[in-house]
Amino acid sequence: MKGLIGKKLGMTSVYDENGVAVPVTVIEAGPCVVTQLKDADKDGYKAVQLGFGDQKEQRMTKPALGHLKKAGAAAKSVLREFRVEETEVNLGDVVDASAFAEVNYVDIVATGKGRGFQGVVKRYDFGGGRASHGGGWVRRTGSIGMCEFPGRVFKGKKMPGQMGDKRVTTQNLKIVQVRPEENLILIKGSVPGAKGGIVTIKEALKKK
Amino acid sequence: MNTVEKISQEQATQDRHPKFVIGDTIRVHYKIKEGGKERVQVYAGTVIARKGGGVMESITVRRVSYGEGVERIFPLNSPNIDKIEIERHGKVRRAKLYYLRDLAGKKARIKERRV
Repeated sequence: MKGLIGKKLGMTSVYDENGVAVPVTVIEAGPCVVTQLKDADKDGYKAVQLGFGDQKEQRMTKPALGHLKKAGAAAKSVLREFRVEETEVNLGDVVDASAFAEVNYVDIVATGKGRGFQGVVKRYDFGGGRASHGGGWVRRTGSIGMCEFPGRVFKGKKMPGQMGDKRVTTQNLKIVQVRPEENLILIKGSVPGAKGGIVTIKEALKKK
Repeated sequence: MNTVEKISQEQATQDRHPKFVIGDTIRVHYKIKEGGKERVQVYAGTVIARKGGGVMESITVRRVSYGEGVERIFPLNSPNIDKIEIERHGKVRRAKLYYLRDLAGKKARIKERRV
């Protein structure tokens, strides 16, 4: 299991060997420091905790600094955990983009762009009503249930509300290029979240 | 320059083509792969639009072929463009010559620019 924390920089295109333009998302991946190793005896599960992004010491709390000090790491702004079965990294090791040099597909986890409070047409792709022929019922929810029986609205009923700004995972994204010397990973297609957002890159679970 | 622009710029190979502007008539030599073989096809026409920047810059080339208007969009930085030749310099007042689509025959002419 390989993992890394990164920052989404934006999108552009690259040409592949056949001269086909491939849309890519540029991610500044790592370098990350191993800040903690969790084990089954003490923590109940095995995981590697990575730290990413330099931070001013004055912006950190003392307990957070003390936690990083155990790994000999400087102040970091982001900490993320990766569940692992086996690992060869040690506390204080630095992991960078070269870890993904041999990997073809990755899963990316990030916070998606927030869309605010949205109605059901945008949020759940409801059809809405007719715009013409007397319309009058255009982007509304419609009926949300039956009658005296069951006499309640079912849980999970799709209704208007906050859309986006939630954790999103996109699976099986292809790696187009890895540039370890610049700490860059180029990934085919789009990646959840806004530019400058923090993304978690993992080796793909379902595709090799 | 930010990193994304840098990656875009390092892919931009359009400097190998001569400088042409909107209204010029050009010949685009385009590589086509057919059944494992590669050949070069020439497409000649008027540049009516130039869009985008960096690696994704593209041109729209219009010609009238057997009485039917044809427009092709080429990515300028594509390695499949073998070369571009300028046939004739045009003198136009607009950046996008979409009005040519509504004109035919003598009205669709573009004045020549002396260089």
